[in-house]
Amino acid sequence: MNMPKSLSLRFFARLRDDLNTSEESLVLPEQVTTVEELKQYLCLRGDNWQAALNTPGLFAAVEQKVVDWDTPLEGHEEVAFFPPVTGG
Amino acid sequence: MILVQEADFDTQQQYQALQQDCPQIGAIVTFVGLMRDFNEGDQVSSLFLEHYPGMTEKVLEDIRQQAMQRWQLNQIRIVHRVGELAPSDQIVFVGVSSAHRGDAFAACEFVMDFLKTQAPFWKREQTPEGSRWVEARQSDDKAADRWNDESK
Repeated sequence: MNMPKSLSLRFFARLRDDLNTSEESLVLPEQVTTVEELKQYLCLRGDNWQAALNTPGLFAAVEQKVVDWDTPLEGHEEVAFFPPVTGG
Repeated sequence: MILVQEADFDTQQQYQALQQDCPQIGAIVTFVGLMRDFNEGDQVSSLFLEHYPGMTEKVLEDIRQQAMQRWQLNQIRIVHRVGELAPSDQIVFVGVSSAHRGDAFAACEFVMDFLKTQAPFWKREQTPEGSRWVEARQSDDKAADRWNDESK
């Protein structure tokens, strides 16, 4: 049997509050091939997703490393979205 | 040495670990960040520090290695707390040991500037009006950017 690959999605800080979720597992649709396309795909879920993911300065990380929006996705990665960091 | 922990840290213990009976060390610079009881004109009664476990340690280790390559250093120690904090609590410790003070000062500031703009920590503060996420500051981005402008 061919198991579908699934992506591990994670949300932090204000984003997690706004979306009311911290993580989920997602089987990537075939047409979604980059981090930007994944963001656009998630925005289709509704107004709160669109508002949360279109905030200025949003970061995306793949395998726990901040990446550019055109970074390709294969569908089995850990992908995180989060607002600008405020530690220290 | 990198530690991300809920518990408080002992600066004296960290200092001694930097000193380590090593006669080549001529300078130790340490920085401790504390929690303020005000921000953006409001009283802040407590702070919650969230982070991205796993990525936080990787980013801090990457910053540490960059500093080790850029300056002549003996050791860098970074401790960052997470979870619930109260005013005056210690948040972060950065300690650098080196043969010379110039390298130690610069590396300590470099680590803090990059920690503030790259390490995945987020602060939520409790004010009389309720809790709110702390906004990132442009001045922190500028502080980190200047290290890219300076020639190595």
